[in-house]
Amino acid sequence: MDKRNFSIKKLLQLYDEMLSVQHRTEIAREIRNEDDLFMLLLYSEMLGIPNPASFYTLELYPYVIEKFHDWHLRMGMEKSPLDGIRCC
Amino acid sequence: MSGIWLAVAGMIVFTFGYRLYSKFLAEKIYKLDATYVTPAHKLQDGVDYVPTNKFVLWGHHYTSVAGAAPIVGPAIAVYWGWLPAVLWVLLGTVFAAGVHDFGTLVVSVRNKGQSIGTIADKLIGQRAKILFLFIILLLVLMVNAVFAWVIANLFISFPASVLSVFIQIPLAIYIGYTVYKKKGNMLLLSVVALAVMYGTAVLASYVPFLQIDLVSYFGGEGSSTLFGMSATSMAFLIWIAILMVYVYIASTLPVWKLLQPRDYINSHQLVVGLLILYLGLVFTNPTITAPVTNGNADISWFPLLFITIACGAISGFHGLVSSGTSSKQLNNEKDARFVGYFGAVGEGTLALITIIAVITFFPTAGEFTATYSSFASASSSGLNVFVQGASVLAAGLGIPVQVASTIVSIIIVSFAATTLDSSVRLMRYIIAELGSEYNLSPLTKTHVATTVAVLSSAALTLIPQGPKGFGSGGYLLWPLFGTSNQLLAGISLLLISIWLKNQGRNYLPTIIPMAFLMFMTMWALIKQVVLEWSGVGAQDANWLLFIFGAIILMFALWITFTAISTLSKKTQQPSDLSV
Repeated sequence: MDKRNFSIKKLLQLYDEMLSVQHRTEIAREIRNEDDLFMLLLYSEMLGIPNPASFYTLELYPYVIEKFHDWHLRMGMEKSPLDGIRCC
Repeated sequence: MSGIWLAVAGMIVFTFGYRLYSKFLAEKIYKLDATYVTPAHKLQDGVDYVPTNKFVLWGHHYTSVAGAAPIVGPAIAVYWGWLPAVLWVLLGTVFAAGVHDFGTLVVSVRNKGQSIGTIADKLIGQRAKILFLFIILLLVLMVNAVFAWVIANLFISFPASVLSVFIQIPLAIYIGYTVYKKKGNMLLLSVVALAVMYGTAVLASYVPFLQIDLVSYFGGEGSSTLFGMSATSMAFLIWIAILMVYVYIASTLPVWKLLQPRDYINSHQLVVGLLILYLGLVFTNPTITAPVTNGNADISWFPLLFITIACGAISGFHGLVSSGTSSKQLNNEKDARFVGYFGAVGEGTLALITIIAVITFFPTAGEFTATYSSFASASSSGLNVFVQGASVLAAGLGIPVQVASTIVSIIIVSFAATTLDSSVRLMRYIIAELGSEYNLSPLTKTHVATTVAVLSSAALTLIPQGPKGFGSGGYLLWPLFGTSNQLLAGISLLLISIWLKNQGRNYLPTIIPMAFLMFMTMWALIKQVVLEWSGVGAQDANWLLFIFGAIILMFALWITFTAISTLSKKTQQPSDLSV
């Protein structure tokens, strides 16, 4: 908070942030869980789970490749489980 | 003497503690390093590990640790006179709570933001972790029983508060849903929710129809109802049954649906409550009428005072918050002093104003002594006295006493209900973890674990047949809640001491409060378990309290022996488990 430009608006902003830290954390966790499920659906074919929509989900790979590394670490896989994607 | 002088003296002591003692801890003991890369930066994931502004983190930390416990304990402990209670709150906050909260935060930051339980596993061994789980299990069991009683008791004593508390539930669910699905403004919504709650409280204070008074529905106090139970006992039974059904649902819902938005509303209530009480103190300038000390106490203040006031002087629960969430969000290690130590000071200010509200409420010392005639009556009526005392302070701001008492009871019930949700949820996790540890797979299921948690808490609240019949269990268990809480704080201080020793640093500032706490806790336990609950002498045996007390005493002894053996071992190579 910039002390030189103190205002009520900034004070309220700080107060709101103080109270909503935990709530934002939980919302972020909930969204991450949904994303993880989506990623599982996306890569299910490669993991040996039949997915009738794999032809379509294939198109999404370029968009989610950035998230793939974090996802497989969270899923308890230290190295990428997929031969086609060598992120680590 | 005016209550204002007590508040001023308290603030001076707290200022000394923060300005001087916490500075000494930060520079000489914990040796905070501004260049150290905290887990919030190193492991940043946008969910748990997020670098957070120190003021924001302090606010979050403080609202997480402050609840109904720093109100209930001091309101009972003034039975021994106001001086011992005030001294323990002030000195405990400065030399024990601040050291403990600050220390758990630092040790957790230096261990990848891990919880105290995991750190216990590393520093002492697997047995320590299991013991830790059992102690937390006992602690949350006591919390469930005590806080269910607190809520039921306030619903019976202040029926005008019931409707507002129940209205808070759909309002919180609505806020949670709106923010989650539509990214609504939480601040505005929660302020509106609070206005609705307090508006309802004002209406209910003047319209008897809106007061859900179960005792009067059953014909008033002294009336007999089903199975020969008194109206009050029946009201307790019904409220506790309703609470347990509610808490089962609330603790199995995702946290963002009810618990978090309600926490947010409650945080406003904490701010509102503290402002009303401290401003009211200034405007009413009340005189302290309670005696300085109580020479005719039926139970000695030494050592029971130190477990009666747990939260507000030192609390093991704070270590769970410090190491569970705050340590993962610390932006800079230097911020630990402000977040940890000043968080404890915040809790101390709540305990201090509680004491002032109670000791200035009665017109004369005689009336105080009549209400606080024995430790049992202090335990059963202390909370209600605080509500009335706080109402008198609020009246200084022009709020009618009738409305103020309703609002204060709503604030306490809201705190207690949120604590109840959280502790049942925590108990469920611990039961599941112990279930997987001992290969009891049914216990790992959410609903089985929650059922066990809820039923055991309900049984504990209802079984002990005390002076009030059903619901007596809650206040009879308060000393055991204090002992398990102090025991947890003792373990945390022990872990900090071991960590400091491994770093080759002076660990006296942490080992002295730890030894003091363990000594007081064990002494109090031995007195209660052996002399009061075992049936030795003139007292009747109370097997439930005896068993619980004996288990906690066993844990306390085990920890003490572990402390002595671990600290007497040769110092390991300093190992700063940086990430």
